[in-house]
Amino acid sequence: MNDLLIRGGRVIDPSQALDDIRDILIRDGKIERIAAGIPPENADVFEAAGMIVLPGLIDLHTHLREPGGEEAETIRSGCEAAARGGYTAVCAMPNTEPATDDAGRVQFIRARAAGCPARVYPVGAITRGRKGAELVEMGDMLRAGAAAFSDDGCSVADARVMANALRYAGMLGAPLLLHEEEPSLAAEGQMNESALSAELGLRGMPRTAEEIMVMRDIALAEYVGAPLHITHISTRGTVELVRAAKARGVRVTCDVTPHHLTLTEDLVATFDTRYKMNPPLRNRDDIRALREGLADGTVDVIATDHAPHYPENKEVEFIYAAFGVTGLETALPVIDRELVRTGVIGWNDIVRLFSSAPARILGVEGGTLKPGSVADITVYNPDSPWTVDPRRMKSRSVNTAYFGWELPGRAAATVVGGVPHPAD
Amino acid sequence: MTIGIRHLFGLRGVSKKDITLILDTADSFREVLDRPIRIVPALKGVAVLNLFYEDSTRTRMSFELAERRLSAEVVTFAKASSSVSKGESLRDTVRNIEAMKIDLIVVRHKSPGTPQFLAANTNCRIINAGDGSHEHPTQALLDLMTIRRHFGRVEGLKVLIVGDILHSRVARSDIWGFKTMGAQVDVCGPATLMPLRMDDFDVNVHHDIDRIIGDYDVVYILRIQRERQAGGLIPSTREYTDLFGLTRERMARMKPGAVVMHPGPINRGVELDYDVADSERSLILDQVTNGEAVRMAALFLLSGRGGTTE
Repeated sequence: MNDLLIRGGRVIDPSQALDDIRDILIRDGKIERIAAGIPPENADVFEAAGMIVLPGLIDLHTHLREPGGEEAETIRSGCEAAARGGYTAVCAMPNTEPATDDAGRVQFIRARAAGCPARVYPVGAITRGRKGAELVEMGDMLRAGAAAFSDDGCSVADARVMANALRYAGMLGAPLLLHEEEPSLAAEGQMNESALSAELGLRGMPRTAEEIMVMRDIALAEYVGAPLHITHISTRGTVELVRAAKARGVRVTCDVTPHHLTLTEDLVATFDTRYKMNPPLRNRDDIRALREGLADGTVDVIATDHAPHYPENKEVEFIYAAFGVTGLETALPVIDRELVRTGVIGWNDIVRLFSSAPARILGVEGGTLKPGSVADITVYNPDSPWTVDPRRMKSRSVNTAYFGWELPGRAAATVVGGVPHPAD
Repeated sequence: MTIGIRHLFGLRGVSKKDITLILDTADSFREVLDRPIRIVPALKGVAVLNLFYEDSTRTRMSFELAERRLSAEVVTFAKASSSVSKGESLRDTVRNIEAMKIDLIVVRHKSPGTPQFLAANTNCRIINAGDGSHEHPTQALLDLMTIRRHFGRVEGLKVLIVGDILHSRVARSDIWGFKTMGAQVDVCGPATLMPLRMDDFDVNVHHDIDRIIGDYDVVYILRIQRERQAGGLIPSTREYTDLFGLTRERMARMKPGAVVMHPGPINRGVELDYDVADSERSLILDQVTNGEAVRMAALFLLSGRGGTTE
């Protein structure tokens, strides 16, 4: 492997209090040196003048759909979408067909990910078949390469099973990524419960359905003394619950999606199924609270919940449409446009939210550019405007909620373990 | 006279002028219904598809008769469900049917927004014949027509809608339509059959029918589905009748001249007493006849034959 020199970019790495124009020399898959004016010698050179160079982005919440949903996405197409969006690693959620609930299925995902342009961290189910009853063989799956566990798509409804999952995963040091939704309150829900859902005649998913489960799982984590991570939080109430739990020392972390930070339920009034997701889009007050949570550290991570769907499952009557939107290729530019350029957060926060916190929560390498660490790097061109065209994405699926958006920048390249993946 | 809408998705947002045009046109078609030969050539050469994905007898019959009385070409496609697992997708179905040269689609479906979905996927004009709990505009138009013919006006009347507001597309369309035409609308029913938030509708919500029954010119009774009991939303239909049913005693306390309406089909003995539906106050059968006329008007105006502003 040739040495690689990323030359002249604005290198941002809070782990070494760095935000300046620097060159980065990469050797044998590791960061060798960061300095100004490093001579290239035999290294391949990537000119990064005018670009922002960050520790590689890690997505805590990605649906790659393989096995079982290859018409919507494959591990390879999902990794290509990730690389195009500036991600160097993604967590593959286990709600595939069959679910990732034993070591063999973890190995399958890792085998399919070999040679793909992003790392794939398999997430195992918490319970067999994601049915909420029996725990999976977490120890065996961890040895096979699982990075975390989640029954994403639903909550573990039974409190005793959840308490045991927290204790068992806590014993193994494995993170649990929890989808919080009380199933009976949200049953058959189509959108946020609100005056608008009443008007549209669509069954509502109340904020309470999320918050009641967040309350329960924080209580269970305190009870058994284990950590927990809550994924795709969407309400003001959840932000307040997590903030209060952190203040009293509970080891709770959480993530929020770009769409819950930027879009409101009003969009559903058109019955466009590209705005149908779970958790549903909420309103401006929730967005305000989520953004406050980002700024004050209550929210640890921005994760995409990239959820590709085949058109046959999305371009149908509203109540039959699948939940979810794609996100890998738009997340960073959308957050740049909506939160960085508006002064809500800075680039140091971007590194924390997209890279160092996900690495810490998962316990994986990355999240830093310190010499000696793995060379997983994102090079973002902040001055590369483009219009989101669903037909021109790397993802196999077109269900982006940002179609037609003008975005200011785009990843120019990623580096994964020292291997460069320049954008086309 | 031209109508300002291309499709009839619902009554929310439809102007007073357009509603008045439909009602005026319906009044003239009502005369056709009283003739010995009840047919006019207004829609000759216009092809109408009735697309019914939910059980419906009377609305479908009413539309079919209205279409035939306007001399339209009529095809009806009725199926219990449109889910892909039971065949092709709705989009493929309508594209195939559209390829047979259809001008106008009348659609009933259990999913809110299906009329908008069809409009986005075909070039046909769309009339909503009921989309889930969202809207049922021709029902509200026939209700308005019935009230206007009975009272000579809608403006200034006080209307109480009683029953399962949560699940009722009729209630939603009636609220928009009555309010646009200048009536005051309030609702009454069990808390568990009301949306938690009704801010957008701007109506007063009541739970004690006995306290307010004497205040209204129109008492509009909705059908109570027996499955609401199994769904845990009401303890029993018996208790519903006790607390909210329009009994003879309650009817006797209505304002002099006040009327009773119901979208049908009625559950005698549940939401209204056995003979309330047949009383002098009842306009229920007028509603049915006016439904014919109002659907003829909507079909005629939206077909383009009545001219549009586009």
